[in-house]
Amino acid sequence: MINFELDQEQKMLTEAIGRLAKERMRKVFRDADEDGVLPPDVVKAGWEIGVLPTSIPEAYGGFGEYSVITGALAAEAFAWGDLAATLYIMTPNLVAVPLMLAGTEAQKEAHLPLFCEEALPKVTAALTEPVIQFDPRQLKTTAVLENDSYILNGTKCFVPLAEDAETFLIYANEADQTQAFFVPRGVEGLEIGQREKLMGVRALPTYQVKLNNVRVSAVNKLGGNEGIDFGRLLNHSRVALGALAVGMAKAAFEYARDYAKERVQFGEPIAHRQSIAFMLAEMAMDIDAARLMVWEAAWQLDQGKDATQATAVMKYYVDDMVMSVCDRALQTLGGYGYIREYPVELWLRNARAFATFDGMAMV
Amino acid sequence: MISFEIPEKITNEIQMAKMVAESVMRQYSRYYDEHEHERPSEYINMMWPVMREQHRRRTEKLQQNGNGSGPKREGPDFSILRLIMMIEMLSWGDAGQYLCTPDPALGGAALEAVGTKEQKIRILGKFGQGEPKWGAMAMTEPGAGSDTSNIRTTATLDAESNEWILNGEKIFCTNGGLALDESDGFVVVWATVDASAGRSGMKSFIVEAKTPGVTVTKKEHKLGIRVSDTVAIVFDNARIPYDNILGSAEVIKRDGSTKGFKGAMATFDASRPAVAASAMGICRAALEFTRDKLAAEGIVVDYTKPKHQMTAVERDLLEMEARHKSAWLLTLRSAVLMAHGQPNRLEASMCKARAGETVTWVTQKAVELLGPMGYTREWLTEKWMRDAKINDIYEGTKQINTLIVARSILGYSRRELK
Ligand SMILES: Cc1cc2nc3c(=O)[nH]c(=O)nc-3n(C[C@H](O)[C@H](O)[C@H](O)COP(=O)(O)OP(=O)(O)OC[C@H]3O[C@@H](n4cnc5c(N)ncnc54)[C@H](O)[C@@H]3O)c2cc1C
Ligand SMILES: Cc1cc2nc3c(=O)[nH]c(=O)nc-3n(C[C@H](O)[C@H](O)[C@H](O)COP(=O)(O)OP(=O)(O)OC[C@H]3O[C@@H](n4cnc5c(N)ncnc54)[C@H](O)[C@@H]3O)c2cc1C
Repeated sequence: MINFELDQEQKMLTEAIGRLAKERMRKVFRDADEDGVLPPDVVKAGWEIGVLPTSIPEAYGGFGEYSVITGALAAEAFAWGDLAATLYIMTPNLVAVPLMLAGTEAQKEAHLPLFCEEALPKVTAALTEPVIQFDPRQLKTTAVLENDSYILNGTKCFVPLAEDAETFLIYANEADQTQAFFVPRGVEGLEIGQREKLMGVRALPTYQVKLNNVRVSAVNKLGGNEGIDFGRLLNHSRVALGALAVGMAKAAFEYARDYAKERVQFGEPIAHRQSIAFMLAEMAMDIDAARLMVWEAAWQLDQGKDATQATAVMKYYVDDMVMSVCDRALQTLGGYGYIREYPVELWLRNARAFATFDGMAMV
Repeated sequence: MISFEIPEKITNEIQMAKMVAESVMRQYSRYYDEHEHERPSEYINMMWPVMREQHRRRTEKLQQNGNGSGPKREGPDFSILRLIMMIEMLSWGDAGQYLCTPDPALGGAALEAVGTKEQKIRILGKFGQGEPKWGAMAMTEPGAGSDTSNIRTTATLDAESNEWILNGEKIFCTNGGLALDESDGFVVVWATVDASAGRSGMKSFIVEAKTPGVTVTKKEHKLGIRVSDTVAIVFDNARIPYDNILGSAEVIKRDGSTKGFKGAMATFDASRPAVAASAMGICRAALEFTRDKLAAEGIVVDYTKPKHQMTAVERDLLEMEARHKSAWLLTLRSAVLMAHGQPNRLEASMCKARAGETVTWVTQKAVELLGPMGYTREWLTEKWMRDAKINDIYEGTKQINTLIVARSILGYSRRELK
């Protein structure tokens, strides 16, 4: 029955992630953004919390039950620590979740156990393309069936951890449908470009990937002959992104709130002024509303309902929310908000990504 | 366990409310908007037998055992959720008529929060019999709107007759006329028993219909919810029995002790979500109507389309929907917390602030999107826009509820954040 309280396991999980976020991620995230490198031990610690393996059924080597809500809660808790590190740690989800949702039995058996191992699996997925009017349902990358093989052609961008990846899940347009294909590293025609230079999430290595007549066996198509219902996968991605946005917005809000209580101008803390206090109150309401919308969409997915409408409405709200919360957080700090010693400008740069990053996270 | 599943029993009851909304309220919406101060008897007559039966049973229970809430139940009490959803649906029908529901309303909420069993049986018991009755709550005065601690209406104890003597003026009292002049109802009136004691001197009193010295002096003409009765009441040496005080008569002057006032605040925990729900009903009405009218013109939101490929009107529709959803979920949350016996003061103010703002914006947008047709009185859109705005004002304006949220998240007192 209707209830907005986490269950015991979810509480333990989010508390564990919260500790890691506070004690490890927040200690390194500012430097990681400057240097473009995440300390491997932080990534390792994040992976070892085991969010993904706990959502993979025992039959495939995992030890849990798949729950979108739990995944969303974990994503929020991680993102409070740092978005780049979270996207890094969650990169395997980009392959594991589509597998669980749409893989054939053989594909699940072949690939899922990989995600239950100790080390972060070397996989990634490529959806986004370097075009202005990007539409994940109308991809420019093509897949054409030729005898028993698919021929893939096109250019992808924002492919995280591509340089080290052994397996790529490449999304491509097959007869006006978005389908996904497993492409192993080293296959002819697969070219991994230079590391991309992005506005935010600079600690996450992303790459352009070019496909020039890449040929893979037809069995490499996710979901087999039938393929996938891409819309459904996109809904899962939107929930993940929504949860991440909420977590990061919460970080920015809390920082601004604490700052406003400390910063004295005109003889009293600036938080004593309604123009600051109301801004903070609005931020808190935006975040709470956004979280509820993420949860509702996640709950619908867990119920097996079609969450297309809920996720679209939620995403519309959340993309705006995270941007305006981070902007107001920066405003609260005045000039200091603009200085890179303080974290708020980083959150503002990261925030803009949510309008662009369809398909960049999965739960 | 996070869940959004509404109990089936409530869903069914809401379906019945929908029938009332469609077959009665919507039919007379325009009529009562254009005939201000006429009593919406179709709706009232439909609702009264239902309300009367509810109160009759409740009073019976009160007389038989304890506090009338029946045996202590296990698990959550979803009656507040049911109420919220009912109000939403009735306001989807017509928010003004919903406000005319013959029941103790805000007066009842105050009684439930701090009244004794005897008071509940005596006053609420009347709602279980006879003709339609109304309850109301009078806090606001000309000099005390948002600043409720500034009320000047006085209550003085006449030791000889053991009666309270009320003097002062209340304004903007919803259903005050129906409660005092047009039925055997009552008004809960806030007054100070000791002006020097500030908030702790504030007490509330039950004033019944036909009390000498109580006069309804003015019926307001309003922008919207025109069918709803909004009146000014003057108290000129009005005498009421000693037992009509709600809560303790004691005034504790020590700093921080504001018990009487806290009674008022406790009723807000339930009444703010209720106002938010009413706002959400109007909001949904406007949203659905606009969506249907645009769909008839071939304008439909394709939820699978990226935002950058949508037209401006499609985006507006999506934004209306997003804002509606965000405020509605905040409203649901405040009710669900209450159902689970958890504190909800912050959440109640959040949903009230957001619902009032959201319905204001969504209904204004609806009129805009429907073009010349939106602006005519042929359609209800323009009425919904006028009705909507009150939700941004009563039960604490948007600013006052934002202030409460701000204080709460900052851990500030009234002194630190005025
Ligand atoms: C890149 C850069 C270049 C600059 N160049 C110069 C320069 O050349 N010369 C120079 O002298 N300075 C310069 N500044 C400083 C700049 O003018 C200040 O940062 C600015 O005046 C704000 O002051 P603050 O940063 O101390 O913020 P604060 O004064 O601490 O303000 C913090 C927040 O509180 C709000 N606030 C403060 N008081 C009130 C109030 N009474 N009511 C409501 N809200 C309030 C502010 O609007 C802000 O949102 C520069 C700053 C930057 C970032
Ligand atoms: C149709 C209708 C029905 C009503 N029904 C009832 C009823 O049944 N019972 C009852 O007791 N009252 C009722 N009211 C009164 C209502 O609750 C008040 O109108 C409301 O609380 C605002 O008070 P006010 O009108 O005096 O405005 P004011 O308090 O004068 O406010 C004017 C403006 O100043 C802002 N403001 C005030 N204080 C602050 C502050 N500290 N910080 C920032 N902004 C501030 C307000 O938000 C508002 O925008 C009703 C009013 C109407 C219009």
